[in-house]
Amino acid sequence: MLILECPYCGVKADETELHPGGEAHLKRFGPESSDEEFEAYLFERKNRKGVHFERWRHVYGCGKWFHAARATDTLEVFGTYSAQTNAPPDDLIKKIKQKRPDFGGYE
Amino acid sequence: MKRYSAFAVFREGLRYQAGWERAWRSPDPKPAYDVVIVGAGGHGLATAYYLGRNFGITNVAVLEKGWLGGGNTGRNTTIIRSNYLQDPSAAIYEKARSLYETMSQDLNMNVMFSPRGVMMLAQTEHEKRGYLRTAHANAYQGVKTEFITPDRVRKLCPIINIDGPRYPVLGALWQERGGTARHDAVAWAYARACSNMGIDIIQQCEVTAVRRENGRVRGVETSKGTIDCAKLALIVAGHSGVLAEMAGFRLPIESVALQALVSEPIKPCMDVVVMANTVHGYMSQSDKGEMVIGGGADGFNNYTQRGSFHHIEETVRALVETFPMISRLKMLRQWGGIVDMTGDRSPILSKTPLTGCYVNCGWGTGGFKSIPGSGWAMAELVANDAPGPLAAAFGLERFREGRFIDESVAAGVAH
Repeated sequence: MLILECPYCGVKADETELHPGGEAHLKRFGPESSDEEFEAYLFERKNRKGVHFERWRHVYGCGKWFHAARATDTLEVFGTYSAQTNAPPDDLIKKIKQKRPDFGGYE
Repeated sequence: MKRYSAFAVFREGLRYQAGWERAWRSPDPKPAYDVVIVGAGGHGLATAYYLGRNFGITNVAVLEKGWLGGGNTGRNTTIIRSNYLQDPSAAIYEKARSLYETMSQDLNMNVMFSPRGVMMLAQTEHEKRGYLRTAHANAYQGVKTEFITPDRVRKLCPIINIDGPRYPVLGALWQERGGTARHDAVAWAYARACSNMGIDIIQQCEVTAVRRENGRVRGVETSKGTIDCAKLALIVAGHSGVLAEMAGFRLPIESVALQALVSEPIKPCMDVVVMANTVHGYMSQSDKGEMVIGGGADGFNNYTQRGSFHHIEETVRALVETFPMISRLKMLRQWGGIVDMTGDRSPILSKTPLTGCYVNCGWGTGGFKSIPGSGWAMAELVANDAPGPLAAAFGLERFREGRFIDESVAAGVAH
């Protein structure tokens, strides 16, 4: 069972307590943007087999959204972090690189 | 290829079964092909078969990293139906269903197609109205379905708890010509027919890179060496995103786990397929007597072919409520497959930003039923470099243009 630690309330929550919210750090586009940009924002996903940054919500807990770094090929969880950011924190990237030398970093 | 027939069975019975030949060849890859298809699941093999049969293109290789039909083709719950809401879906799924009817004869192999009927229970007023709408749409599309009363549901499937405490059955959408087929046999039958036409099926050959030149596809790098090709078709379901990244573009797809399970075998107790989408579960009985059970997909990206246990619990709970007699059954096996979900729950059969590269993916939780139709339409797309009438609406550009084919209702919990 997938267990993520909520960075807000500190609870180690299993997945029945959480709601998945898909790929993290999507760049949002507004009314002035092109069709291609809008399509990419709304539909195109990295869908990586490997390290994946994603959004989760602690639905049956504090109710807050947060971020998680997880491996989609092993279900290993590297860590969770606040939703108030546009990119994963550097120390988490370092930690993932230690565990997975072929990880190219977040882009 | 020696034909399979009652006479062949009789003849081999007199010869200690020594005369059977291998169903398909296992050749080493040639340096170049006209068309390379990545993925020897049902969809890939069907595409290869119709390329050969309908267009005479047989200089084709089908590459498979694992074994033939070992992905979702061997992991689904074998349900075949075509009672979709939107016209493009009804067209391609009905084409598939009609091809299933004659598949055993066409491919000279028994795929055990059993048009036993598929019943989708309406258990809320909302769901009932939805299915009435689908039944009307199907009438216009020429797909034979009907909305039936609870009495008829009881007659067709006596083990259903019609007056359940939470969700009594208010009726059902009934497709008499839907049913099931032997999933492995479908892959094997296509593989045998392809091999017979001279198409190479190369197993344990993983594609590691897509070679490109001036925006055109040149070939692929594989674990068995470099293979050149003029056209490349990516038909890999859950791994579509991985292959697309190799080819240099992104897809509107997310890969998630979908699970299924079977019970211990019991005596025949239901001869239809029943789907209960409000409570999230569907069930049919295999020819071996096992109850074949499916439910909802997981919500998060996953490539491990393992799902979350709480979904199993949810599915089993739903089915015990719908079929109280199965409450003491032991479950025999449980497994997961990685399905490729699109935003509108409809597939993608399309050209791609890379010239000469085509994708067939996004079948999500409903791939098995569409295998022949998908292969038929994909062969047309690859051979003509333009989609035919079946594939036209399923292009990648629909996401940019906002022309969605919304099947989230017909797909229900899973399909």
